[in-house]
Amino acid sequence: MILYIQSILTLIGINILLALSFYLPFSAGMLSLAQAGFMGIGAYTSSVLTTKVGLPFLPALIAGGITSGIMGIIVGFPALRIKGIYLLLMTLGFGETVRIFFLNFEYTGGAYGLGGIKQETNICNLYIFIFLLVIFFLKITRSQIGRTFEAIREDEGAAEGMGINLTRNKIFAFAMGASIAGIGGGFYAHYAQFIDSGSFGIPQALEIMIFSIFGGIETFWGSIFGASILTILPEWLRPLKEWRLFFYGFILLLMMILRPRGIIDKHLVGSLAYKWKSNKQVRN
Amino acid sequence: MLLQQLTNGLMLGSGYSLVAIGFNLVFGVLGLLNFAHGGVFMIGAYVGVVLIVIFKFNIYLAILGSMVVCSVLGLVVELLAFRPIKKEHHLAPLIATIGLTIIIQEAAIKVFGPETIGFPKTVEIQNFNLGPVRISSVQILIFSTSILLMMGLHFFIKLTKVGKAIRATAEDSQTASLLGVSINQITVLTFIISSALAGAGGVLIGLNYNSVHPFIGMNMVLKGFVIILLGGLGNVTGAMFCGLILGMIEVLSVAYLSSSYRDAFAFLTMLLILVIRPSGLFGLRIHER
Repeated sequence: MILYIQSILTLIGINILLALSFYLPFSAGMLSLAQAGFMGIGAYTSSVLTTKVGLPFLPALIAGGITSGIMGIIVGFPALRIKGIYLLLMTLGFGETVRIFFLNFEYTGGAYGLGGIKQETNICNLYIFIFLLVIFFLKITRSQIGRTFEAIREDEGAAEGMGINLTRNKIFAFAMGASIAGIGGGFYAHYAQFIDSGSFGIPQALEIMIFSIFGGIETFWGSIFGASILTILPEWLRPLKEWRLFFYGFILLLMMILRPRGIIDKHLVGSLAYKWKSNKQVRN
Repeated sequence: MLLQQLTNGLMLGSGYSLVAIGFNLVFGVLGLLNFAHGGVFMIGAYVGVVLIVIFKFNIYLAILGSMVVCSVLGLVVELLAFRPIKKEHHLAPLIATIGLTIIIQEAAIKVFGPETIGFPKTVEIQNFNLGPVRISSVQILIFSTSILLMMGLHFFIKLTKVGKAIRATAEDSQTASLLGVSINQITVLTFIISSALAGAGGVLIGLNYNSVHPFIGMNMVLKGFVIILLGGLGNVTGAMFCGLILGMIEVLSVAYLSSSYRDAFAFLTMLLILVIRPSGLFGLRIHER
């Protein structure tokens, strides 16, 4: 039972990282379906470094994140020219290209996948990283960078007119998102102990997008909440047996009709923060 | 050999065009991607199989029946995943249609089973030799039916008043509604037309590949993406031609390139097009959505 809870918590943590990696570029107005691809790059890089080069887990994890981030910069430049649906399709195409590359790349096992990875991910190191990331997001939301991203998302032309450097900020957001996804991939590889290209395909990319949008794309809390709830949901639906996915689809559809902004929106966060503050004042 | 492959690609591509046109029609009018289009396509293929095997319909009646069933399903998609969600949320319908796709796919698995089934033999296969090229009667059926439907759609959109209303809505829905076009009716009609085309495409592509399974919808949606990108978003004529082009690219890359990279090839083409010419081969303007 403890093992079961542990594995669920680990999966939730990894999915939170991936959802946050989707949220960051989105907060600067870029919808990316390449996150599963970046996750794959990070997973393969870190696994090769731990299994074949013999590096310890932490440096390998960071190297995976950096490699994904560099790929993010490379993809980010053409992505500057396009937006909306076009960007969605381009990033989808990139993610799929990454998957097919790993499917055919013999050094990392090709279609057989890469096995023999040691289990290094545990709840402790995973959640320490998430904690640091949450602090990072809390800091940037109220900082100049966060407001810059928001300005770009709301109106690119106006933001540029105000003297915001679009290229630098958008590339930064995209590359940061990519490296968070890469680190998520590293954690995933060292949890699953085996990776193959099928784990980083279009269904995963869509799933990551669903986490964020279902939870609420207006704040990063939405991504965290969406990733947690949608990871647990299939477990809760387990008694339904083969009807499980059916109800999963049904819940997605229903929630989007009822709460098209996602479950957690700015309004909800605002009122919760207000309640919390007023409670504290009463106590004092 | 090359000519033969090109012909095969053309025949296959005509089915792709049919599905992609519907996809693009909805995008043109609503500015939103309808993921459930692939699910509708898959149901269309199954309805064709059921009509032929159980009700002993001939292939033409089966196509017609599948179009009718799919247009009803398209109506359901519109009513569930698009109508209740307000215009300003453009991400919610995307997730809602993904949810609906999962529901449709699971329902198909429950009813028809997850395994691949062959398409029943209804058309007598005869081969015709046109110079160096050999064409089978099945290919002729697929090609002529798709072309017929596409021409029908083309003239419907270009010549009738309703077609004009659809074009006006795609151009600028606010102005169109000011001029007395009922946007709701046009949206419903667009979904019905596009789903009917997907149904016909489902039967034809099932016939071509001779296999139907519950997961063909997702593959088709991805192909649809590539086609409408090549053809220009919202551009129906572009989708028509690019469906044919994609069919030929696919057949040629299977014949001449290593088959393991053929999917990557389609996506690399897409990446290149996006970087070099984001409005697509036939696109004139870029939608900012």
